[in-house]
Amino acid sequence: MSVDPSVVRRIAHLSRIAVDDNEVSRLNGEINAILSFVETLSSVNVEGVEPIASVLPMQMKKRPDVVTDGGIADDILANAPAREDHYFVVPKVIE
Amino acid sequence: MSEKASAKYLKGATGDWEIVIGMEIHAQVTSQAKLFSGASAEYGGAPNDHVSLVDAAMPGMLPVINEECVRQAVRTGLGLEAQINLRSIFDRKNYFYPDLPQGYQISQFKHPIVGEGMVIVDVSPTERISVGIERLHLEQDAGKSMHDLSPTESHVDLNRSGVALMEIVSKPDMRSAEEARAYVSKLRTILRYIGSCDGNMEQGSLRADVNVSVRKPGEKLGTRCEIKNVNSIRFIGQAIEVEARRQIGILEDGGVIAQETRLFDPGKGETRSMRSKEEAHDYRYFPDPDLLPLEFDQAYVDGLKAQLPELPDAKRARFIEQYGLPPYDAGVLVMERVSADFFEQTAKGRDAKLAANWVINELFGRLNKEGLDVAQSPVSAAALGAIVDLISSNVISGKIAKDLFEIVWSEGGDPAEIVAARGMKQVTDTSAIEAAVDAVIAANPDKVEQAKAKPTMLGWFVGQVMKETGGKANPQAVNDLLKRKLDV
Amino acid sequence: MSELTHLTLAQARDALRSKKISATELTKAHLNAMEKARVLNCYITETPELALDQARQSDARLTEGNAGPLEGLPIGVKDLYCTKGVRTTAASRILGDFTPTYESTVSSNLRQDGAISLGKLNLDEFAMGSSNETSAFGPVISPWRRHADPEAKIVPGGSSGGSSAAVAAHLCLAATATDTGGSIRQPAAFTGTVGIKPTYGRCSRWGIVAFASSLDQAGPITRTVRDAAIMLRSMAGHDAKDTTSVDAPVSDYEKAVGLSVKGRRIGVPKEYRIDGMSLEIQQFWDQGVAWLKDAGAEIVEISLPHTQYALPTYYIIAPAEASSNLARYDGVRYGLREAGRDIADMYEKTRAKGFGSEVRRRIMIGTYVLSAGYYDAYYIRAQKVRSLIKQDFDSVFAAGVDAVLTPATPSTAFAQGEQGSSDPVEMYLNDVFTVTVNMAGLPGIAVPGGCAANGLPLGLQLIGRPFDEETLFSLASAIEQAAPKIEYPRPWWA
Ligand SMILES: [Mg+2]
Ligand SMILES: [Zn+2]
Repeated sequence: MSVDPSVVRRIAHLSRIAVDDNEVSRLNGEINAILSFVETLSSVNVEGVEPIASVLPMQMKKRPDVVTDGGIADDILANAPAREDHYFVVPKVIE
Repeated sequence: MSEKASAKYLKGATGDWEIVIGMEIHAQVTSQAKLFSGASAEYGGAPNDHVSLVDAAMPGMLPVINEECVRQAVRTGLGLEAQINLRSIFDRKNYFYPDLPQGYQISQFKHPIVGEGMVIVDVSPTERISVGIERLHLEQDAGKSMHDLSPTESHVDLNRSGVALMEIVSKPDMRSAEEARAYVSKLRTILRYIGSCDGNMEQGSLRADVNVSVRKPGEKLGTRCEIKNVNSIRFIGQAIEVEARRQIGILEDGGVIAQETRLFDPGKGETRSMRSKEEAHDYRYFPDPDLLPLEFDQAYVDGLKAQLPELPDAKRARFIEQYGLPPYDAGVLVMERVSADFFEQTAKGRDAKLAANWVINELFGRLNKEGLDVAQSPVSAAALGAIVDLISSNVISGKIAKDLFEIVWSEGGDPAEIVAARGMKQVTDTSAIEAAVDAVIAANPDKVEQAKAKPTMLGWFVGQVMKETGGKANPQAVNDLLKRKLDV
Repeated sequence: MSELTHLTLAQARDALRSKKISATELTKAHLNAMEKARVLNCYITETPELALDQARQSDARLTEGNAGPLEGLPIGVKDLYCTKGVRTTAASRILGDFTPTYESTVSSNLRQDGAISLGKLNLDEFAMGSSNETSAFGPVISPWRRHADPEAKIVPGGSSGGSSAAVAAHLCLAATATDTGGSIRQPAAFTGTVGIKPTYGRCSRWGIVAFASSLDQAGPITRTVRDAAIMLRSMAGHDAKDTTSVDAPVSDYEKAVGLSVKGRRIGVPKEYRIDGMSLEIQQFWDQGVAWLKDAGAEIVEISLPHTQYALPTYYIIAPAEASSNLARYDGVRYGLREAGRDIADMYEKTRAKGFGSEVRRRIMIGTYVLSAGYYDAYYIRAQKVRSLIKQDFDSVFAAGVDAVLTPATPSTAFAQGEQGSSDPVEMYLNDVFTVTVNMAGLPGIAVPGGCAANGLPLGLQLIGRPFDEETLFSLASAIEQAAPKIEYPRPWWA
């Protein structure tokens, strides 16, 4: 499989990464090189094989239902590029 | 199709239309902490106060699942008579939004914790339908963006981010707004019985996405529109009606329905397209590599099942069977677990039908008027039971009982003591009643004459005697005496 | 002073305990060496005041006699580990001036045991790279030089290139690193150092900036096998904050160092004799086999039939996970933000400017293989092949093999700009021998075995059973003893 420039633009948008026209053609080539590199997997017989879920044969531990965290709004906002009071501030989102 | 179904059709210019409704309910799991972090799941709070580093998706943070949320999801699944999956998988649903800090929501896509189930819904006193449950899965709530604090900016509060939700997806089994309302109401009842969700729609603990399509009876399913986040049972009904009308209008004009997400505007009474959701989504679901599969054994499920409280359907059946209640009364009483408990305490060792009448008509009526719920009732089950006792043993009349109820409601106190202290006891002494009867007859010779010709006048005499005795005379005794003396 | 930086971690530990040296002088010696070695660009952030403060505390504890296992030992920390109050960059512009309010579990474990942090080590951006050339803070230069062209700037490998170069240049006694597809073992091999990627789940991932969650694992880079064992013991352990970390006791790995390897069965996988493998690498591998045989190990040829698919599988799974893990860098809560017309524009500009080209490329590949219509063909198929790769190892270990021996890399280190500039896949091939280990979640260690004709070091890789790091330490120390001693480069930079 290979991609064309329109697919590159769609992926870039899905990834929320701005791309200009020059980049689209460069990325197109690179992505196709990688896709052709992974193409070899289509020759593997995977019939009846389960996709791996975890390399560890262990059960997921669970946390007790106790409030142990929070109350650290200053820490949460410490690195915010823009904030007001204890809110994060972003350019207006149009619903 | 039965007659009932056809009665639900909407009339259009080109004939009958059938509405097909399915619902996705997001129910917040009752828990102290969030689904994957130790921050508080409590509603409200100062901005970003109920937020851990995990909820804010700081670099390197990892989710750890809250066992209580798993337990509540399994219990809820059992309450929906659903398949419980001993192994389920958490997936990431990827999309960008400022109140989604990770850039993905941890949810369950291919392998949910709960599979197919069923809910019995009482649409009216005489109509029950069953609505299929497609699945129930656990997922994280998002934070909140506020768009009205500034003209150019949005403000983000992550207090809700990571709170545990159960998404309960129904099959498209509902055919009217009424059925849909009844379904949500029943689901809410079940959740509240189980204690897995408080069902508070104003605070968003229960939110409904409603899928609506219309078709000509017998034809295949039409294109559906999803109405997002309808936040009251009343609005659910309204939203369905107007959306169905909108779709019928388009189709009858020869148009086609675009599959889209819409928003219900209760003020304008219309649904409108949500442009922000228009862009075709590609959520790129894949198993969350930070979490192992969620696994438990059948013994765990069986243990939870054994400890499940009696659920509304079973309770209703028992009330009919054990107390001889009419199905409608039983249905009303089991709507809320506290109401049912209140009734049972009131009825214990007493005339259950009489107790049910008093609970439903007097108590619920009064609570409703005052906007109180059962737990806030100023009249306790014991006091109401005592009032019922006083009626059953002919100590007071039904009429006096209403006065007594008012006194207990507003002043409190022991009903029997109030009756004794305030002389509210019914007069059963025949000589005293006879004196009152004689006095009334003597004072109204013209009415006596009339009564001989028109025996229904008896009622008037009963009223006068009751007035004379301050309402305390035993009505039966008054009746008997009057009949004899007037010779009717 | 400079002798102090030439101590091994174990030697320094013993000298501190016997009060021959102080933590403060040991720390100062390293800070001094770091200052002179800035041209190598090993550290993104140096924290001398913090280090000296910690050294004073260590000296006090050493005097009081309640020293931790790593008390007073100066180390470097890969700048992928979040460190409380110290800027953490992941070598990316997108993190801006991000200063965590929290400390990663592994770095916290090390501090708990008394280790002193000298600063944050350079790496490939978000650990994506094999040469440390993708860092937003510039490439790291290896202390090693090629005989033929000593002026060429040799790469230290990647992604833990700052870690490997700093250890080889004696700018710390040991360093933390991380390994997703070979990012500990390949740079160790390129710099003549020892690097171990423990079993997936042995170290907590909490507080380490995620690249590919199902593959990432922390581990140390050191100059000796013993030092690696000492470091890993402190780094490893169960962490309730990472449910993929294993709740099993941590062994005293140092005890395994120097143990006899007599009778251990070593598998030599025929599929690792890849097309175009140089004669030098083949002979080096054979030499490794001979060393272990001489030490009493039994050598068996084995087959790992799905080896050739490991790298393509990796280049689906790792970018897929990364595309999602890196979605949080959106300019909202921390890090860089570029102004935009609206929120979507802000996202796109921030992420275009904040991520370097390799990271952008991998995010896009990952997005593509997860997208509707391609998920089954790419991602699900890759996860199935991953099952087969793991099964290959399962059967080899079930047949009684104790460890597998391979070369760590298909070549020695190269110079900056020599690989991957026209074709990204060329750079990816560096991980051809290491990546299977991450796919199967196994422990793997790279140990130096001498130098190639060009004067650059070569490393061997040993792959072990899950949670049997001890066997790897025993076998690696047998190779360490048999191999010619590594002469680290003289400080031409100072
Ligand atoms: Mg949904
Ligand atoms: Zn949902």
